[in-house]
Amino acid sequence: MEEKLTLFKNRKRFGIEKNIDIIFKNTALVLSSFVAIILLGIILVVFFQSFESFSRYGLKFLVTSEWNPVKDEYGAFTAIYGTLVTSFLSLLITIPLGVGTAIFITEDFVPKIVREIIGSFVELLAAIPSVVLGLWAIFVMEPFFRAFFVFLHNSFGWIPLFSTEPTGRNSLLAILILVVMLLPIVTSIARDSLNQVPKKLRNAAYGIGASRWKTIFSVILPAALSGIMAGVLLALGRAMGETMAVTMIIGNSNEFSWSLLSPGYTISSMLANQFGEADGSQVSSLFYAAFVLMILSLVINIFAQWLVKKFSLKY
Amino acid sequence: MNSLYYQKRLSRNIGDKFFTSLSVICALIAILPLIFLVTYILIKGGSQITPELFTLEPNPPGDDLDAGGINPALIGTLIITTIASIIAIPVGVGGGIYLAEYSKGGAFSRFIRFGVNVLAGVPSIIAGVFIYALIVSTKILFGSMYSGLAGGMALSILMLPTVIKTTDEGLKLVPNELRYASLGVGASMYTTILKVTLPSAFRSIATGVVLGIARAAGETAPLIFTALFSYYYITGFGDLFYEMGSLAVLIYNFALEPYDAQNKLAWAASFILVLSILSVNIFSRILAAFTEKTKRV
Amino acid sequence: MIKTNKKIPKNIILSLENVSISYGTFEAVRNVFCNFKKGNITSLIGPSGCGKSTVLRSLNRMNDLIPNCSLKGTVLFDGTNIYDKRVDPVEVRRRIGMVFQQPNPFPKSIYENIAFGARINGFMGDMDELVESSLRKAALWDECKDKLNDSGYSLSGGQQQRLCIARTIAIEPEIILMDEPCSALDPISTLKIEETMHELKKNYTIIIVTHNMQQALRVSDMTAFFNAIEYEDGDGGKVGYLAEFNSTKKIFNSPKEKTTQEYISGKFG
Repeated sequence: MEEKLTLFKNRKRFGIEKNIDIIFKNTALVLSSFVAIILLGIILVVFFQSFESFSRYGLKFLVTSEWNPVKDEYGAFTAIYGTLVTSFLSLLITIPLGVGTAIFITEDFVPKIVREIIGSFVELLAAIPSVVLGLWAIFVMEPFFRAFFVFLHNSFGWIPLFSTEPTGRNSLLAILILVVMLLPIVTSIARDSLNQVPKKLRNAAYGIGASRWKTIFSVILPAALSGIMAGVLLALGRAMGETMAVTMIIGNSNEFSWSLLSPGYTISSMLANQFGEADGSQVSSLFYAAFVLMILSLVINIFAQWLVKKFSLKY
Repeated sequence: MNSLYYQKRLSRNIGDKFFTSLSVICALIAILPLIFLVTYILIKGGSQITPELFTLEPNPPGDDLDAGGINPALIGTLIITTIASIIAIPVGVGGGIYLAEYSKGGAFSRFIRFGVNVLAGVPSIIAGVFIYALIVSTKILFGSMYSGLAGGMALSILMLPTVIKTTDEGLKLVPNELRYASLGVGASMYTTILKVTLPSAFRSIATGVVLGIARAAGETAPLIFTALFSYYYITGFGDLFYEMGSLAVLIYNFALEPYDAQNKLAWAASFILVLSILSVNIFSRILAAFTEKTKRV
Repeated sequence: MIKTNKKIPKNIILSLENVSISYGTFEAVRNVFCNFKKGNITSLIGPSGCGKSTVLRSLNRMNDLIPNCSLKGTVLFDGTNIYDKRVDPVEVRRRIGMVFQQPNPFPKSIYENIAFGARINGFMGDMDELVESSLRKAALWDECKDKLNDSGYSLSGGQQQRLCIARTIAIEPEIILMDEPCSALDPISTLKIEETMHELKKNYTIIIVTHNMQQALRVSDMTAFFNAIEYEDGDGGKVGYLAEFNSTKKIFNSPKEKTTQEYISGKFG
């Protein structure tokens, strides 16, 4: 027995091996805490950089729309309004479209292979870089919708949202390109939530003679609602932070207007547009705007995560 | 007793027909953008592809009829994405290993997982703003301001959550029996992870990471005031510390130029970017489908 | 135009004529002939894989939900072949209700669980009364009359299953199909459901699939024994068929087929 054991020279763990184990574990620990450090770093840096502007304009910054580097007057209302309007309206269009598509993919209207191809197409859309969508929006979408916008203005000009003559680049185009970007998010999350609804609920409804759409509306959609809601919130966060495509097509004007047919601004497009050339207190004001954007997207994101946790244990 | 036969006029059946067609329309609208976009880019961008495109510097916008090539931007994208990967992959894989292998679902790991999700939701331009404040404006990198290095760092912030998540989820899929088998013959934890669990999760982690890199390669917002842009060839290592061009920023800058030549260059760059990103995505999809099939047999 | 020419005795409510069911290229059941009598409880028994659940699901076209599932032959209900192209499966399910293996209440209140089906069937009477009578018939009223607004999921497994029975009763079907309704339940809940079935027999025709031969013996008037045999071409695949169909008494006391004898005495299955 003794003799045999000596054949295994590592039978007894050497100190060095134990140490490697400990070092390995602690390295992994440190690396994982990088996430927290970066996140905290982002919040702190953006907060402190915006401090100067914050102490000067306070909350008035949020409700005034004067943005004048020459007079050193800053208010981000136009950009905040633009951020909220473009993201909410684009979501309003995307939700029915995305959920409708998700239902189409999860029901058996067409053979599975066709549904899978459609699903992949929608997901591939998410892989297209934002800046390419922006390019496409400038040269393809804008000319395509020009006549439609004129029609909107002529027929519905009495509604404030369409009250101005359409300009080449405007908020409505930004909304439409956002729809294209949000569609894959809403569709894929809605599809996953619909797929997670237990089969037995569908059986139950069919078994007592509910028609297909009665089943979808009364049983399947309500059961998938929390998942879909979380997906919608994530999409909302994305819409608010989306930069490139919006910057390229929204027109970038700080003139406040209710109308979607006139150029607008969002916080992120303002950052993209001005950050490179800003100096003095303009930089701090831009950081202040960035801070507002960050808080908005953090709140939405955390709420979405909470929603997922809260409702994921239902069945 | 009413008949069992299908009655078209029944409000129930009319409603079903109506909503079914509605969802068909939704699905059609949903796939149209991709089809239009890809065809347009293939035609418009593909027609611009010439050998010179890959070798020349872009000419500064102006009345010049010839816009030049995209060589610096192409190389720049490769360099910046590589820098981002060099930072994000070790950190992300290491962090993912901790979450999946060591943490026991306690408060710390829950907090980190939460942080990963929050970081994934931070707008990409904020990552740029952060690196600008931390590195560009402080000139902390040997006195250089805008640089390819800073751009790579900004991109790495965006890649990090993806890498951690795929590692974490990939490792969690490895059956525990495999771990016990290794630990049971007296292997250390780190040997088990490096030699057993990590290799068996390799494919799913690699797929996720490659998709993350593809995504980062198209990101623009974090670069526009960290790496900025450059018209000139990248000649040596020292260029890392200076402004660096990238395909994404080239598209952004040249799309907004009033000159047709520059616009065309933007389309050509889009063609290359979209083609490479889509092929990586499609390839990984086929690979995943293929693995699933072979597993089933 | 609707009625078929074949003469079917008045007391036969549902009749299978040469029914074969396949999933894609896999044939699950072959050449089943079977008549279900009105007001009877008929149980379908047999070893697993013999296709008895498949047959049950075909009786109200629940098989439509399974991709690639196809049926040959005719299933006559009320003189109509329910697999006729012109038939609306939703209409069929409104008259032939189904209770499933796993209790599957909707994630709604107890009251709503019952009202839901009634409402989609266009019930115009007093809903409270219907809910009460359905719950009474399913022997659940006393246990949940004080918590009608609680979620259906707050009930125990056995209660959930009785809720599902009540939900089916509420749409006043002519036939109730039950697919191993007690397999997920404890013996006491099983007994309660069996009592419920005896009550229901007065008004409804019940067809039940069960793994439990004692249950078949206790509750049913007629028993159909399904078995599975290997394909003639012999590649190891099995196909189900109806081996024997008779009164429960005869099946259990003096079966004609040897396999039936072997199955009920527990030699296989």
